[in-house]
Order: sequence, then structure tokens, then C-alpha cells
Amino acid sequence: MDLTYTEEEEAFRAGLRGWLAEVLPKLPGKPSVDDWPGRRAYDTAWQRMLYDAGYGEVHWDASATRRLIFLEETEKAGAPYVGANFVGLLHAGPTIASEGSPEQRERWLPPVLRGDEVWCQGFSEPDAGSDLASLRTRAWRDGDDYVVSGSKIWTSHAEVADWCELLVRTTPVSAEVPKHRGITWLALPMDAVGITVRPLRTLAGSAEFAEVFLDEVRVPVGNRVGAENDGWRVTMVTLSFERGTAFVGEVVACRRLLGELARAARASGRWDDPVLRRGLGRLSAEFGALWRLTQWNVSEAQRTGGVPGVGGSVFKLRYSHARQELYDTAAQVLGPGALDLDEAWTRERLSSLSYTIAAGTSQIQRNIVAERILGLPKGR
Amino acid sequence: MDFQLSDDQRALRRGLRDVLEGRFGRDALRAAVDAPRLDRELWRTLGDAGFFALCLPEDAGGVGLGLPAAVLAFEEAGRVLLPGPAVATFLAAGAVEGAAGGTVVVTAVAGPFVPWLDEADVVRGDAAGAVAVRSVDPLTPLHRVREGAPVPDEETPAVLLTAAEQLGSAARTAELAVQHAREREQFGGPVGRFQAVQHLCADMLVRAELARVAVYAAAVTGDPLEASGARLLADDAAVRNARDCLQVHGGMGFTWESDVHLHLKRAWVRAGLGGGAAGAEEALAAAL
Repeated sequence: MDLTYTEEEEAFRAGLRGWLAEVLPKLPGKPSVDDWPGRRAYDTAWQRMLYDAGYGEVHWDASATRRLIFLEETEKAGAPYVGANFVGLLHAGPTIASEGSPEQRERWLPPVLRGDEVWCQGFSEPDAGSDLASLRTRAWRDGDDYVVSGSKIWTSHAEVADWCELLVRTTPVSAEVPKHRGITWLALPMDAVGITVRPLRTLAGSAEFAEVFLDEVRVPVGNRVGAENDGWRVTMVTLSFERGTAFVGEVVACRRLLGELARAARASGRWDDPVLRRGLGRLSAEFGALWRLTQWNVSEAQRTGGVPGVGGSVFKLRYSHARQELYDTAAQVLGPGALDLDEAWTRERLSSLSYTIAAGTSQIQRNIVAERILGLPKGR
Repeated sequence: MDFQLSDDQRALRRGLRDVLEGRFGRDALRAAVDAPRLDRELWRTLGDAGFFALCLPEDAGGVGLGLPAAVLAFEEAGRVLLPGPAVATFLAAGAVEGAAGGTVVVTAVAGPFVPWLDEADVVRGDAAGAVAVRSVDPLTPLHRVREGAPVPDEETPAVLLTAAEQLGSAARTAELAVQHAREREQFGGPVGRFQAVQHLCADMLVRAELARVAVYAAAVTGDPLEASGARLLADDAAVRNARDCLQVHGGMGFTWESDVHLHLKRAWVRAGLGGGAAGAEEALAAAL
């Protein structure tokens, strides 16, 4: 059990800190959350800066510890997060890097690293959420194209993306073909004819996602990554990729937010309430432990070469709950301000309601823990 | 950074588990419940295995390891519900003659209580005038210190070693619940196929694993605040896991014959020794 970093890792940290201190003051102001073209431009410009400084491929670094240090330091310094580059850098990119042909890697990876192209994700469907493998968007061969019809949902950045990593059904489910065997992974150009993007307004009032409707959209066969009907396996490669470091920045952010909350409580006099104060103390223990769990998971990923262990689902369950608790505690600190949408805490509290749902609901995570880790029989 | 057990640490844990399970298995546990006396022979066996001398320097006859090794050892003690003032004896090794070898049993004032006062050879702290209470835990005799007696602050190693015992108990009750859920059949199959039961078990694992990394990390850093946080999580994991384990066991869990109540009662007692949750939470809040 060693929590110290190597000299090389500390040098990486120091270099990054120095660079961040130099460039962050020169960054333009953040665009409004509703300004999608502005957000795209801001996020891709940041990726370009990282690329020019030699940090463009940091998310793909073989060393999970260096990824951890990068995410920790950028969050501490208040640097932009991946934003619109998320799918390209953390989902589609790694999938293409691992499963794509040399031509596909050459075509799609450099523009992602340079911040030239943005990807979105077309996985979930209205009737395929937690049960992703039951997706129904159909694709059939017509000459050198696939013709795709169906609809996708929860697609972030769809309005401004150049490409969509799309899961389609190429073989219907039957007695011989189980649902996860007939799926194919396609790179869909978002300017193709037959695509309609409809923004989805969240309960927080912002348009964070979109629905994507596909009406006989033609996708060249050359845009298929992996073999036909092998898309489920291809996708699983992606899903295990960021295991370990997925929430590093957010845990660091939560610890900072907790400090801000304590300062706000001291300033407003709410600090005199021992119940509230003790709640903040307990949250401090909680997020301190979640940071240690992150280090534990990263170390485990390092040892096993990225094979996901117990940690991922354990972390997700506890973190998403703790983060919601953080905002509920913030509401106690704010008092009447908790009902005021001009308070950032209030808006973030609304957004935090997605944490126990997105990327696998807490209930599905518990099923996964029970069946795959504890070895309990398939649930009912 | 490599925050995983080293091969040596795994070997240490395996060795201690073998000793403890071999020498204090379920039959010994139930015998201890029926006749709660301190088993001095067991104590000496542990002493011979180096249990109490793990952190004593090698030139003083110890094993020369640090707190991380100690928490692994006490996690194992917590798993099997080892009776006796093991934390106080461990911390007295080197200072009290015979403690390291397990031939002298040392207890200490811990919060408002002194455990095992009548059986111990040496008492650290002011236990004068302490009065016996009927302890909720059949495996931990307790005395209450007299009104107004000075209550010493719990030292960081004591905080952590008790947290490690709680962790061991929390991990064990999670295992016991899963085992029962796999074996107990109702409505034509194991009750572990019901999601309501599965989710209780999943939450138990989550509590134990979070407490684990908190305890291990605090042992590595030795930071008092981190140790307090780890203790909060470990106390919580031990008590709540024992409660959920009892629930998963259904009617059997409510019987004296089941071991589940022994974990719950010991978890309560350990949580009640020392500074308590309020002090730890206040300390953590003050540092924000």
C-alpha cells in the first residue's frame, strides 16, 4: 500500500501545474450553457491547447496514474473539463484505437486529438435504456451502404457533433440470435440526409441532450468498426476503457465544493447549527474516502491492465448518492436561497438529480454488484 | 503510487487468518459466548505468532512493521470476533513487559468504559471506582468509569485499530448475508434471487469496501483527521452491515444461536468506546 508518487510522476505533475498556471489566466470566459456552438468552440479550443502543449493524448495514456494526476491537477486549477470532446476522447476514440482498421484510425483519431472534430453517442433508445442490448434501430445492407432507421435518446452534443458512434441492429433477435449478438458499431456522419435532432429539455431547464431520429440514413459500409454483428463486444471495449479514472475530476470538485459550502455556512451563521456542521464533517469523511477509493481503483487497473474490478460499481453507487447529499446539505446552508434559481447551488442541485440515473441507475448497479461480484443468482 | 496490498501484506493477512480461524473458529466462539473468560492460551498463541509485536522494532524483539500491517491484523481479529482488549495490549507492547508476547493482558480506559477490567493484568488510564455494567455484548465485559473521571483522548493508532476491527466485522457480515442468501430457499429457490435481498447485500459490500480504503489509507498516512474519518465510516459499516445481515437472515437472525447478533453487539460496543461520532464529525468539519 503505497500512496507516494514516483519522481517521474511528480515531474509530470509539476510540469502540468506550471503550464496550467501560465495558460489558464488567458482563457476566454465560459460560454452560456445554452450556447451550443459557443460551447463546442470553447471545448475544442481547449483540446487544441492541450494538443499543442503535448497533453492531447493524455486521456489515452497507458499509465492510469498519469491520467489520475492530469484530472486531479486540471480540476484543482479550475481548467475546463473535456466537455464536447467527451465522446471522442473517452468513448469513440478509444474504441476506434482498439478495434478500428489502420485507415479508420488515421481518418478519425487525429481530428479528435486536435479538437477539430466532435463526436456524440447514439447508444440509448426510448425502449433501450438500462437494457441497452434490446436496442431496435435497424440497419440493412444496400450495396456499399447500410441504410439506418430508428431513434436514439440522451445524445449529448448532438446539435454540434460531426460524428455519432452508433449502435444498430443488423440481425433481428430470434431463437438462434440473442439480443446482444445482432448489433453493429457504425460511425455516422451527422450531416447525412435523413437525420433530425430534437433537443431535450432537462428538469434543470437546460437542453443538455437531444433525441436523434434516423430516417433511412445511408452510412458507408467502410464506416463500420469491427465485424458486422460484433458491435456489442466492440462497445464493451469502450465501456471498460475509462474504468478507474472516470470520476477523478468530480471527486476533486466535490471536495472543493464542500470547502466552499463550509465557508458559506460560516459567513451566513448556519455554521452554529451542530446538526448541519456534523453533516458537513461526515461528508468530508465520505469524499475523503471516495478519493482513496479512486486511488485504489486506479492502482488496481494499473496492476490488471485495465480489467475492471469490484471498484467501479462500488464507487459509482456511493459517489452518486454522496454528491446528491452534498447538494441537499447545500440547500440547508442556503435556507430560503435553495428556492432561488439565481443561486448556482440551486441549479447544480437540480442537475445532480441525474447522478443516480445516468450511466446505469443505482438499482442496476446494485444488480451488477449482486450478480457479478457477490455471485448471487440472477435477480427477479 | 500503488495503493493495493503488497505480496508481503497479502501473505501476512493469510497467515493471521489461518491462525485465527484455526485457533478461534466458530466452536471456540460459541464456547466463549457460553463462558466469557479471557482465553490466555489463545492470547499466548497470538503472542507467539507475533500479533502483538507487529509494530515493535526488530531490535526490541518485534516484527518491525508499520500501521498498515497492524490494520490488516486487526481486520482479521474483527472478522472472527476475537474477544479481549487486543487493541490496548497491542499498543502497550514495548511499554508493558509481557504485552508483546501475549503473557500479560493490558486494558485501557476507552471513552466512558473500561473493557475486560476484571481479567486484565494491567490497566492504563484512571479506572479507580469504575462500576461493572451488564454489557450488551456477551463477549465484552464492561465497567463504566466513575462520574467525573478524566476521559483520555483516543490516540490515532487506537482509533485506527478499532476501525480495522469494525472493517473486518463489516466485511464478514456481508459475506454471511451473501452466504445465507445463496443457501436459504423460499418460494422454490434461493432468497438471494430477489432483488430486494440482493440490494441489501450490494449496499453491505459498498459500505465495507469504502471503509476498507479509508482505513488502509489512514494507516498509510497516519493522519489523525483521516483516521477519524475512517473510523466514522468503519463504525457505520460495521453497525449497519450487521443490521442488514440480521435482516437477510430473517427469523434465524433473531436467535441467540445465530452469530449475527454477536457482530452487531460488538460493533455497538466498539463504536461506543473512544471519542464517539460527534467528536470526529466536529473535528472534520472544523478542518473544512
